Parts: sequence; C-alpha cells; structure tokens
Amino acid sequence: MSDPATAPDTPHVPPHVPPHVTVTNLRIAARGPDGQDIVIVDDVSFAIPKGEVLALIGESGSGKTTIALSLLGHVRPGAAITGGSITVGDAAIRSLTPAALRDLRGNRIAYVAQSAASAFNPSRTLMDQVVEPALIHDLLPRPAAEAKAVELFRALGLPKPDTIGQRYPHQLSGGQLQRLMAAMALITDPELVILDEPTTALDVTTQIGVLQAFRAVVRDRGTTAVYVSHDLAVVAQMADHIVVLNRGRVRETGRVHQILQSPRDDYTKTLMAAAHPVVEAAQDKPRTAPVPLLQIEGLTAGYGRVDAQGRPAVPVLRDIGLTLHRGEILGVIGESGSGKSTLARVIAGLLPPARGRISLDGAPLAPGLDGRSRDDFRRVQIVFQNADVALNPAHSVGQILKRPLAFYHGLTGAAADARVAELLERIQLPRTLADRPCTDLSGGQKQRVNLARALAAGPDLILCDEVTSALDTVVGAAILDLLADLRRELGIAMVFISHDISTVRAICDDILVLYSGDVVDQGPRAAFGSPPHHPYTDLLIRSVPEMRPGWLPEGLGAPALPPIDPLAGDADLCRFLPRCNVRVAGLCDRIAPPRHDLAAGNAILCHLEEGPLAVAQRAEALV
Amino acid sequence: MSGASLPTAAPAPVPAPATKRAAFPARALRWTRRLPLSGKVGLAFVLFWLVIALIGPLLAPYPIGAFVDENVFSPASRTFLLGSDYLGRDVLSRLLHAARYTVGLGAGAALLACTVGTGLALVAAVGRGWVDELLSRFMDTVISIPSKILALVMVAAFGSSLWLLLLIAGLTYVPGNYRIARALAVNLNQMDFVSVARARGERRAYIALSEILPNMLHPLLADFGLRFVFIVLLLSALSFLGLGVQPPQADLGSLVRENISGIAEGAPAILMPALAIATLTVSVNLLIDALPHRGRN
Amino acid sequence: MSASPASRPHAARNTLLRMIAGRIGAAFLTLILVSLVVFTISDLLPGDAAQEALGQSATPAQVAALRHEMGLDRPAYVRFGSWITGLAGGDAGQSLVANMPVGEIIRERLPNSLLLAALTTLVAVPLALTIGISSAMNRGGRLDRALNVATLSMVALPEFLVATIAVLIFSVKLRWLPSISMLPEQATWGQFFETFAMPVFSLCVVVIAQMARMTRAAVIDQLDRPYVEMALLKGLSPARVVIRHVLPNAVGPIVNAMALSLSYLLGGAIIVETIFNYPGLASLMVNAVTSRDMPLLQACAMIFCAVYLLLMLLADVTAIVANPRLRSA
Repeated sequence: MSDPATAPDTPHVPPHVPPHVTVTNLRIAARGPDGQDIVIVDDVSFAIPKGEVLALIGESGSGKTTIALSLLGHVRPGAAITGGSITVGDAAIRSLTPAALRDLRGNRIAYVAQSAASAFNPSRTLMDQVVEPALIHDLLPRPAAEAKAVELFRALGLPKPDTIGQRYPHQLSGGQLQRLMAAMALITDPELVILDEPTTALDVTTQIGVLQAFRAVVRDRGTTAVYVSHDLAVVAQMADHIVVLNRGRVRETGRVHQILQSPRDDYTKTLMAAAHPVVEAAQDKPRTAPVPLLQIEGLTAGYGRVDAQGRPAVPVLRDIGLTLHRGEILGVIGESGSGKSTLARVIAGLLPPARGRISLDGAPLAPGLDGRSRDDFRRVQIVFQNADVALNPAHSVGQILKRPLAFYHGLTGAAADARVAELLERIQLPRTLADRPCTDLSGGQKQRVNLARALAAGPDLILCDEVTSALDTVVGAAILDLLADLRRELGIAMVFISHDISTVRAICDDILVLYSGDVVDQGPRAAFGSPPHHPYTDLLIRSVPEMRPGWLPEGLGAPALPPIDPLAGDADLCRFLPRCNVRVAGLCDRIAPPRHDLAAGNAILCHLEEGPLAVAQRAEALV
Repeated sequence: MSGASLPTAAPAPVPAPATKRAAFPARALRWTRRLPLSGKVGLAFVLFWLVIALIGPLLAPYPIGAFVDENVFSPASRTFLLGSDYLGRDVLSRLLHAARYTVGLGAGAALLACTVGTGLALVAAVGRGWVDELLSRFMDTVISIPSKILALVMVAAFGSSLWLLLLIAGLTYVPGNYRIARALAVNLNQMDFVSVARARGERRAYIALSEILPNMLHPLLADFGLRFVFIVLLLSALSFLGLGVQPPQADLGSLVRENISGIAEGAPAILMPALAIATLTVSVNLLIDALPHRGRN
Repeated sequence: MSASPASRPHAARNTLLRMIAGRIGAAFLTLILVSLVVFTISDLLPGDAAQEALGQSATPAQVAALRHEMGLDRPAYVRFGSWITGLAGGDAGQSLVANMPVGEIIRERLPNSLLLAALTTLVAVPLALTIGISSAMNRGGRLDRALNVATLSMVALPEFLVATIAVLIFSVKLRWLPSISMLPEQATWGQFFETFAMPVFSLCVVVIAQMARMTRAAVIDQLDRPYVEMALLKGLSPARVVIRHVLPNAVGPIVNAMALSLSYLLGGAIIVETIFNYPGLASLMVNAVTSRDMPLLQACAMIFCAVYLLLMLLADVTAIVANPRLRSA
C-alpha cells in the first residue's frame, strides 16, 4: 500500500451501514519449488456494500483470481492464506470449519468459473449439475429445483429452456455454457456471486449477450458480486467499484467513473493506454511496385478428401482472394472458427489448398511444402500466437536464432553470433539472453524471440497469427509497436491475424473480414471507420466494449431478427444469415450473395446495397 | 504455478551475465540432494549394482565353480558370507558373477528396445500417414501377445543363447516403448515449433532428431528404466523356468532355480539371489519415480 | 445435427452399436494378425519335427514319409490356413509329445487357470480400487507417499521371491499351509482355502500394485480438471466429489487398467503355477516350450492372446458406454 490516501476508504458507504463483504490486509503465499514462500497477494483490503458489484482488475499474475477464490475460503493447492481477514455478511471466512465452509459455498456464496466448457463435468447432464447446489444444501426438492432452473434458463436468454438441461456440456456452445454456469450459481439465491473472467473465453460478438444476461440477473436479485477481469471496458459495464491490482498489490481503488475518468495511479494509466493501442501508422505513400508481393486468387482449403469440384470434405476457407503490397500490413479478422489461422497455414505451405493460386512477387508459389524452394521458404515466415509452444523448449535463444541464419544464409560461428546479437538488439532484448534456454523467458520476451527468428531469415513477408492475443495488454501493446517499427524500418510486409478489430484497425493498412471461411468484407482501413459495413463487420465493431459505463445496452441480448424461411442447408447461401439483423426474406435465404463495392472502397459479400445498409447501421448507432 | 516460479514478469529484466554452469560433480551432488528419500535409496542401490556388475567377479572370495563347502545349503557364516548352495559352492561368489549377466543383459536389451522403439516411433510421427498406420498396426498386434508368452514362443523357436536372449527380451519390449515414444512424438509433432521448422523448409530427419527427440529424452529415460525392470524380471523368470541363461553360465534367476530345493530349509542360497533381483528392480523403480518431472508440479 | 429430438436417442443408440461393432471387428482382425505372428515365429523353428520325432537313426525316406504324413511338406500358407481353420473349429491338432489331441489337454487345464484367475480377481480388484482411490484423495500426503513406495516396490518384485517368502513363512516356519497346491476331488472349504491361499496371495501382490497405481493416476488426472474445483466450490464434500463427479469420468481408464492387469493373470501365472505345482495352462505352456511341442505351444499362446484381446475389448466397450460424448456423439 504505497499511497494510504487511495486505499480502503473508497467505497462511499455511509458509516452506519456495514459493508456486505470486507477484506482486510489479506495475504496469500505459495510455496515455491525451492521451498521458499512466494507472496501472491500482498496486503489487500477492500469492501463491498450490499447489492453492489466490485471488479478486481489486473493482468496475469496480479492475484485477482486468487483473491476472488479466497472469498469462498478456497486456495489452490500449494498456496495458503497467511494473513488478514475476510468477512461475508456475518461469516468470518478464515475461522470457519471445513463443514461450515461447505455449507456456505454454492449456497450463500456462488462462483462462476472462467471457462464453462471445462468447469462443467463432461459426463453428467447439465440439469444434474445446475440443481446440485440446491439439492446438497437441502434448499429445494428436486422437482422444485428443476423448475427454478428452467426459469433461470429463460431469464438468461437460453434457447429451449425446457429441454436444454437434458443435454451434455459438449453439445452446447461456450456462450450457452457460460449462461448455464450463471444459472447454477444463482439457483440457491446466493447473497454473493463471484464471476471469474466469465466472458474471457468467448468471442466478442457472443460476449455482449452474456454480459447483458449476467448484469440483468445480478441486478434483478440485488446480489452482491465480485467481477474478476483483465478488461477495463467490460468492467466499466458491469461494476460499481474497481480495485486495480498489480503483482498481488492494490494500486488503486475507486468508483468506476472516477477510475475511468481520472485515474490517479500510474499503473492504472498504463493499463488504460494499452487498452487503446495507438500505433504510428505508415505514411500513405503511393504504391511503387505494380506487382503485389502476395496475391491469392480463388483459394479453397480445408481438411479431408477433396471432391471433383475441388471442395474438401471439411471446408475451412472458401474462394479467398487477397492482395498485399510490399511493406504493407493486411489485417485478417474473424472469430474463432472463421478460418483465419488456416489462411496463415495455407500461405506458409503447411496446408496445401484444395483449389486456388498463391503467388509471390508475381511468381506462383507451390501449394504445399514439397514444391517450394529454400528461397521461397526464406521469403515467407510465420509467427505463431503462443510463443510458449512456438519455441522449442530444448533449445537456447541463440540456437533458435542461429538455425535460420545457417539454414538460409550459411552463417555460422562468430558471424552468426554477431548477427544474433544484432537481432536481439533489434527486438530490444539484451544480447546476454542468447545463452539462456528459452524456457527462462517471460511471455513478452518469448514473443520477441519468436519474431526475431522470423527476422533472421530476412523475409519479405511475415505471417503474424494472433501474436498479441496470449499476452497481457501492456506487453501486447509493446509488441504492436515493435511490429510497426519493423515494417517502417525494414519494409517487411505482414499478414496480421487477429480477433480484435481495434488492434487491427490500429496497425493495418488493409483489412479483410472472414466469417465462417468466407471473405465478407475487404478494403482499406479508412473504410472501416464509419458505416456502412458488411452486417457482420458492423456487429463486430458494435460488440467491442467501450470504456464508458452505460455502453452496454439494457435488456436481454439482441432484438429479434427478421424472419426467414427455414434454411435448407445450401452451401452457397450467405453464412452470416442465421445471425444477420438486416436479412431479407425471399432473397438472402434463396440466392447466394454477390460481392460488390461500397463507396468507401471496401468490397462486401452481401445482397444489400449501400443505402439500406447505411440507414440500418446509422439507426443502430443511435440506440 | 509456472508463472510463480519465474521471477521475470517485468518487461525486460536484464539477467546477470550467465554465470558459468557449475562443474559436473557439484551439479550431480545438488541434483542428488534434491531427490526424495526413496529416490536417494534407489540411486544408491542402482549405483551399487552397477559397480558390482562391473567389478563383481574381482571381489569374489572363491572361484565361481569351486566346491568349497562340505555341507550344502549351509547358512551364512564367516567363511561363507551368504552361505553355500546345493553343491556346496560359495553363494556370494556365484552371486557376484551372476549379477553381471542380469544387469548386462537387462541394460543391453532395454537399450535395444528403446532404440528400436523410439526410432520407429520417430519415423511414424514425421513420416507419411501410411507408414504410421502400418507400424502402429503391427505394434498393436505384437503388444496383444503378453510379453512372457511372446518370449516363450521365441525361446521355443530360436533357443536361448546369450545373444538370442538379449535379442528376444529386447524385441519383446519394443512395442511398449514404441507406444510411449510415438504418443510423445506425435504430440510434439503438432507443436507450433515443429510447424515453424516445417514452414522453414527443414527435412524430416532434422525435425525428428533436432526438434522432436530432445524434448522426449526425459520421459524416455524413465521409460528406459521401466523397460529395464520389466526385462530383468522377464529374464529372471525365464532362467527360473530353466529357459533362460543356460549352465554353466548363470544369472541371478538361474541361481534361484538351481537352489529351489533349499526352500524347505529357508536357505540363503535361494533367498539371496531373489532378494538381489528385488533390490535391483525396486531401486530402479524408486529412482525413476523420484526423477523430477518437467511440466508436472 | 438435423435429427429431431424424437429420433435422437434412436440415432445415438445406432452410433453406439456401430462403434461397438467396430471395436469387435478390430479385435477380431488383431487376433488373426496375432495368430499370423505366432505361427510365423514358431514356424521359423530350426530343425524339423519329423526328424526329431524319429531320432538320428531314421533314414531320409522315413523322415520324408513322416513329413508328408504330418503335412510338413506343404507350403507355409497352406499349413497356416489349415491350422487357423482347425483352431476356429476347436481342433488344435495333435500334441507331439503327449500324443493326444491338444484340445483335450487344454480342456483339462483351462478350468484350473480360470479358477485361480477368478479368485485372484475377487480379492485384488476391491483392494486395488480402495488403495488407488484413497491414495489419490490424499495426494501428496503421508498415506499417499507410503502407498506409492509400497506399490512401486511391489510391481518390481520378482514373483518367485514373493512365492518363496510365502512358502518360507506359511509352510516352513508356521506350518499352516501346504507348499504344493493340489485340490482334492471332494474338497472342504478349509482345503479349498489351504490350496489357494498362497498362489492367490502371490499373484495378488503384483496385480494389486499395478491396478492401484493406474487407478490412482486415472483419478488424479480427473482431480486436476477445473470441474473438480467447481464442484468443491459448489459446497460438495471431497468424498461426494469423487463419487459423483470423478469416478464417472475415470471409469474408462480404471476399467482399462483392470483389464490390463487381469489379462496378466492367465499367462503371467507361470511362475506361481510352477512353484506351487498348480496344474494350470501357464505351466502347460512351459512344458510345451521345454519339449518343443509346437501345436500345444501355439494353442496356449493363442488362448492367452485371445483372453487379452477379449478383456481389452470389454474395457473399450465399457468406456464407450460410460462416456456420454461417445454415447450421444
């Protein structure tokens, strides 16, 4: 607690009302591998008035989940609460017996886990699991508990609330499971709910509906809640109070608007700055080379047997076309399963396409690895999302960087050492790191080495597959800066794949939107600034939470979509149709959509013309 | 927990220039000290048996085949530390000789099993689909024959000279090692660092040997130990049945067999060789279990 | 995906049946391949059964005549074909040494082996489950560490040591039990116990340790999953978490571990049968090896392989039936 003035006084509670939850000087430590204690939560204090929502916000390693779990009297194996006190209502959590704790958990205090897909038992029905808290605490007989669960399913906007409970976790989507988990938490009408990053694993377009549902049910019941998140914008929608954590310590505590509008702590400011990446964009200089560096035409790829028409059994990408000039960055955006990573693998030759052409500098590139020359390989480098698995743990940083030097340039010995030192400097890492095994590095350092390995080849094109997604916001922002530098100073072109449209808009010259394997929207960055867009792009842009309270619309999810005929499952119809809010019955559900240009310079795959799209999307923006 | 063990969360903490790694004896000592008690005991016995296998015959107080005791199955005494056997020979001397066969055959056959099994597993992992299919199908077939049964059939067909025993015991445990190694290699082959190497244009052999194999060594070492234990038990059982090492050569299992009639007297001649095998196999097992596991806390 | 709710259970049952049929087919195919391997190895036998049967003094003409009579002059694939069809029809050929049908010898021994295996199973499975689950629940605790060292040592013990020590203690020192296991025709319960106590004990040591270790690993694998933490945070007691949440998910691997260990009981009983002079199939096979009685050897080997495959098949099917993801895929 460096600044006592900002500390525990913050929740502006009248002095005569005791807070519902009080945490005072909490300390939690873990036993390290060498037997020494590592402090993970250090002297943390906060209080929550009844019926309000407090957010614990911080990056990985901030201790936010550890604190949240301690409210249930739970610590993960290897850790222990070493000091402080936790009170929830009249219960002093630390002094309870195991039996008394069990009585509290899932009854008065409920927990919603980060990844519902793994937090549900795969071999029992969802109804079984949802009603279990009510049954084991003897709160309701089974039929009553099931009826209540169905009511909750309905309140949370789940489809087919009467029968969804009979299904197993693997049969539902992540967003649905997350709602079911909320139903499981609320079945006992708890006084305190702990939501542990409940939407982090979801796609941004799914997240918005889940957030709305959570907020509605928590508010309706007057439940006190703790919301754990790394995302300030999400927290702005959900919470009344914010506690900013960093490495187990409280940096700042306050009401939401105070923190968002006038953060006092430097760390909070860094966090907020990183949430809005501002990257020095490239100057709009005229394209000099007439031949694009990378050109893709009519590319179809997937897995399984390829039929006579060149369609694979499990198609992932359909009829993709794109153009990338030297020194430019093309952003590829889409949700999980859209095929964006597959695109990178196809360009790199790891997955030969079923159909279509890829050319590099006007010369055709062999579809798979087999036909490519060593120079082809050198010119196209790929950088994967997760540096933990992209660097061979058996090799040192130096070995990793020297291999491409030897392989492509025949560089060995002192010359290679010198080049490794240069590369490390280039990516702003100390040259002494060369002798270290790559397992010793932090996440951000690993991602830099990952990039340096691609640079070592001396490439023309780097395929960046979600390179910042696995990193904390602040570290990721630094990597983005580095990428922009590399492009500016070395003139390397990049395909930048991401699920985050604000990152893509910050760094890319051109943007390509993938939906379920189709390019639905494609054009210069400027065209993505204001409507009209493709309906999916529009949804994507609208779904990115903004860092102001009140951004999240009231109500339960999106309004009803225009009715259409039941779909026959025609492979050529618009794939976004089931989710589209401007679809036209009799047209969209009958005929495959055409690709046409909009005035701002982007091409979309949609039946609707500029005018109607613009009208519909302006209207939404006003809501 | 892995995050907690790394004090490198800061953007770029400049590490002190890598201090030269400590000399081997110091490192080995530190490594040993970190083992749990069971691991230390295991290590001590493993080293003990390695030494015996190397220099045992030099320590033998009597020539191996000499009839030195007038009585048979005599109990332990000053002259015969482990008593005498069914022909009045010194048990200790015979044991010191026999240990060499047991340890040597076991280590050789385990090495054979692991080399062949892992080699084929690497081929299956980086090779084309049908190679993997064919190899795995074959290994699945062989693994469905219980190891003792397979060894018995081979002994019946080929005989049991020392070299044949080594070959038979080794081949019997190839499928087991193949299975473990293939699972490891296939997992590693799907890792992004292998994809990066393939996209770099590397050959399959480089990928198998430089990218995949180094990451398998740790679990493979454990598997080698396990195969060694299995093989020692198998060969001892064969010898005990009279189908293994043939006289005049004798491994520890043969010693148990030839003295089986001493069971009624509880003679050390039958107990000692059996105990010797047990200390060898149990200690290897304890040591493997105590090895630090990477990735597991 | 498009299946209506009404047709779903039906469709699920069909996929389930198809999967099970697939496993049975695969097991059958493996059995044929196994027979090929067994036949190939035993056919590589140097020397000649006819020559051996007639001895050194036989003239080449006599040997050739016997070879013809035994069918040894036919090509290998023909001999394999007639052997395997014979086996399938229950005719395993003529024992070269005992000079009687192999089938008859086996019919006499097989029930003994099955009885020993069944008794061992009855004792070992509950014990192994108890040890495995309780050590998983006390992971890292004193009990777990003690059991770990104990089972780790037990799996590495040579069976003849266990059996020898058992004989030394119970027959030689205490004189409670006979050192040879021969069941009289009209056995009383007491005699029954005396006969089987030591063989079952010796087999149990290794089998229990193996099963307990694999059970512990399977349970711990599940205990590490997020759904277990979730269940604890719902207020469930540890025992309830294990029974209601963990075990349904660990059934597959546990049953597999059981099958693997039990398959060991028939063929792996060689040492125990030999030491206690128990007339089972495994000691029969040892005799076949010593006397190089190939038809008998082949038949025994095939029985052991078939039992292994059958047990693995049962385990596989149990895992499929227990897993809702496979059941309603």
